[in-house]
Amino acid sequence: MIPPLARLWQPAALVLAIMLLIALPFGLERYGIYILSLWAVTTIAAIGLNLTLGYAGQISLAQGAFVGIGAYTAAIMTSAGWPLLVALIVAIILCFAVGWLLGYPALRVQHHYLAFVTLAFSTLAFLVFRNEQWLTGGIYGIFGIPRPTIFGFSTRSAQAFYYVCLGALGAVSLMAWWLVRSPWGRAFTALRENPLRAQSLGIDTRRYTLMAFAIGSAIGGVSGVLYAPLVEFVDPTPFSLVLSLNLLLMVIVGGQGFFFGPFLGALIAVLLPEWLRFTKGYYLIIYALVVMLLLIWSPSGILGILDEALTRRKTRRASALRAAARPTLDEGRAP
Amino acid sequence: MASFMSLVIAGLATGAIYALIAIGFSLLWQTSQTINFAQGEFVMLPAFFVLAAINAGAPFWLAALIGLVISVIILGAMFKRLLVDPMLRHGVLPLAIATMALSIFLRESVKEFYSAEASPFPSFIPGTTIGFAGISVSLQHVGVVLVAIASVMALTALLDRTPIGRQMQACAQNPDVARILGIPVERMIMYTFLINGLLVGIASLLVSPIYLAKFSSGETLGLAAFIAAIVGGFNRIRGAIAGGFLLGIADNLAAAYVSTQYRGAVPLFLLIAVILLRPQGLFGKAEERTV
Amino acid sequence: MNKRHPFNRWLIVGAFAACLAAPAGAQDAVKLISVGELSGGGATVGTNFKNGADLAIAEINAKGGILGKKIEVTHYDSQSNPGVARGLIQRAIDEKPYAILGPGFSGSVKVTAQLTSDAGIAQVMGGEAAELTRLGMKTLFRTSFGQQSSMPKIAAYLVDEVKVKSVSMVWVNNDFGKGGRDTLSKELQARGIKIAADISTEAGQVDFAADVAKVKAAGADAVFVYLNEEESARILKEIRKADIKVPLIGETTLLGQKVIELAGEAANGVRGHVGLTTDAPVPAIQEFRKTFVTRYNYVPDHNGIKGYLSIYMIKAASEKMGKLDAKGLPDALKNLTILASKEPGILMDVTIDENGDLDRDSFLGEVVHGKQQITKILPKLKK
Repeated sequence: MIPPLARLWQPAALVLAIMLLIALPFGLERYGIYILSLWAVTTIAAIGLNLTLGYAGQISLAQGAFVGIGAYTAAIMTSAGWPLLVALIVAIILCFAVGWLLGYPALRVQHHYLAFVTLAFSTLAFLVFRNEQWLTGGIYGIFGIPRPTIFGFSTRSAQAFYYVCLGALGAVSLMAWWLVRSPWGRAFTALRENPLRAQSLGIDTRRYTLMAFAIGSAIGGVSGVLYAPLVEFVDPTPFSLVLSLNLLLMVIVGGQGFFFGPFLGALIAVLLPEWLRFTKGYYLIIYALVVMLLLIWSPSGILGILDEALTRRKTRRASALRAAARPTLDEGRAP
Repeated sequence: MASFMSLVIAGLATGAIYALIAIGFSLLWQTSQTINFAQGEFVMLPAFFVLAAINAGAPFWLAALIGLVISVIILGAMFKRLLVDPMLRHGVLPLAIATMALSIFLRESVKEFYSAEASPFPSFIPGTTIGFAGISVSLQHVGVVLVAIASVMALTALLDRTPIGRQMQACAQNPDVARILGIPVERMIMYTFLINGLLVGIASLLVSPIYLAKFSSGETLGLAAFIAAIVGGFNRIRGAIAGGFLLGIADNLAAAYVSTQYRGAVPLFLLIAVILLRPQGLFGKAEERTV
Repeated sequence: MNKRHPFNRWLIVGAFAACLAAPAGAQDAVKLISVGELSGGGATVGTNFKNGADLAIAEINAKGGILGKKIEVTHYDSQSNPGVARGLIQRAIDEKPYAILGPGFSGSVKVTAQLTSDAGIAQVMGGEAAELTRLGMKTLFRTSFGQQSSMPKIAAYLVDEVKVKSVSMVWVNNDFGKGGRDTLSKELQARGIKIAADISTEAGQVDFAADVAKVKAAGADAVFVYLNEEESARILKEIRKADIKVPLIGETTLLGQKVIELAGEAANGVRGHVGLTTDAPVPAIQEFRKTFVTRYNYVPDHNGIKGYLSIYMIKAASEKMGKLDAKGLPDALKNLTILASKEPGILMDVTIDENGDLDRDSFLGEVVHGKQQITKILPKLKK
């Protein structure tokens, strides 16, 4: 058994991390706060993708496009005077619906075809963002997106908006936490582990897979809704296929299927240029190299390594206990 | 009509290059379930091997040969040994992601260590234009199509007519049975990687005089080849060729007759249509293996 | 599988503590921070700008720096992403630099200009979109002509010199190409010239057969080509193949050395307006080009010159002030005329106006036998 102290250790660390995230802005300059906000926004998108990929086992190459849809929804609606909350609801519904429409035919065919369809969709979405100037401002983008006022408090300052992003991250995390532990979430995991068996157990695999993808996409939309007022500018370039690939990379590097995988993956991706600043132009080369080595070592990402190490330690402890227990038994049996 | 024909011919030439890249793509998939996201960068890189050899004083023919040999060694053998082998047992996705990282690695390395600029690239085929029944056709385009078709025919002959080729096909269809039959599966898989190294080398020699050698050129090419492979059928070489040609022509006709702003969308609609109506690809066969 | 681990959270905590501490700045140097497109879609633009700036800094430091202080520069990579650029400019401002260089993409400039304006720090950037200097920012300065100065010259050239009635336009669909296309169409329509075809192309496009077929079908009196270097070269080859005889008109890039090198014979006969390029018949520019090639082993495009000039503009303004006053720098840059006779590094006489736009001589040129030849010098608007 795990001693009680060790069991307390985990919630304690979580509380500490949350407190730190709340306290951090007071020790940071505006840039640090901006990067933290960007991390929170990116993490939300990665959490969505982790639901699709890590829990339902579907590869989506369009998460970046859903972030884009969210961002444009927020930009267009708030510029027209709507509150951000309304834009958020519209973006969630829109992304969920688009995800459903996209996944429905793809999953009907064969399950890995969702990857191909989302690849196509990702590029299509970019073209629409760029070409439909009447709606999206085209290549010039939408400039001067206002930050919201919540209960009379303006979130114009970097710090205030950071707490908006952090709050959203908290809400999305809780929801994802609940989802993963709900009967739904168990069905998702069953799907990933063994689709055939899940089907034979009476789980409507297609509907659940579709649901996971649509929910993941909607969370991508939430991330976009925050991105627009954070940067206060939206143009098509950030939402190309590259963003989708990067988000995928983040989820895998952090550890797909681990709850905290997206947090870690996004952290690395957002902070990496900072860490490797001293290498000048070589940071992307080093990043790519490290990712390859990491995946060779542990295909389930960084948390996969930790998980393995922890399991090994537990096994060692268990076998040590067994080893210690055996002589006693022998002695007991000895006359 | 003349302009329509010129468009089709130009599309065929571009499509031939897509096809060469797409074939390697589906070869790797068939034999080792490798989805190579770095395939575009694999085409970008040999051009720089050749340029480096030229800068070191080699004549073009020798430099081209050196480029092909190096790409077979590095993009074929080393790619398999260093990246694919250790990851193969982990399944499709981690390896696909690793090749994504590899593409970043190759692209950024060329940019940092060679140049961020495009470099002109010499061509075996003169760029002269010949007139034919009112259609002007560049020799370069004709040459590209011919070389690509010749490469594909050679490859098909290798696969269908030689014992090694048949063993490779056996490995692709069912590695377990192949192993029981005493076929050295590992070696056969290695051969497909070497062939892919050669194909991307040839594609590089063909595309670089037209497209120029640049660190970023792999992005467009890789994506186009990927789509061509899916449209044609991921598990058939013939499919990859058809997919390549189809994509090249469709792109040109779409730009000419539909919209230049949305030309990039046409291959994607093609892709979605194929997936919905004929998921195994236009020329592929239905696959039992699931990913 | 989904067990929580204490380690990962500690990792996060430690990472923040280690990475976001505000860096300490050196006091005894002129501190510049450059935010540019060093990777992603704009890598060529950003790398040129960076190399040009580095070259100028090396030259100035070798001669003792600005007012006796050496220049120190830090380069940040915006990854060609406006969101990242905004963060990095914020970081740059937090570090309290003397001035900020870049970015090169107009979209990235637009999201960052308000920040530097609020902080009162001069931002010397590479964007060419017409609107940038009309945003009312007090601290934004160009290093080249904006499209609002170059496109009227092209329009006038088409009307007065080439004497055309209709034009086909081929442009690259990004903020550079679209901006130029929008500005020029307005100018052409104001002069009563018909736009026979309006063709958008993609950056990195492989096959130009369809675009050229459209140009041919439109049958205009001239073709205006506004693409990046590589695509310019590719379309020129395709145009020659299609046997199109009408004049091919370009702005700066189309007549550049890079395009001539890449397109070979297909570039001959191309005409147009040339802002500052490495081919300008000015000894100082030829000298700059030689130094650049020796150092970096390639011929820079106009973004290389922009980076180079940004440093000399800052130097001239500082010397005018007689002190290194970051807050005063934007005002010192305004209405400043820098003479090449006094500051050779500026390459050509230039006047910076109230809005941060530049005014200087430019050229009309033509490519003859694989060489750019200047046919006419267009004088500065204001003397």
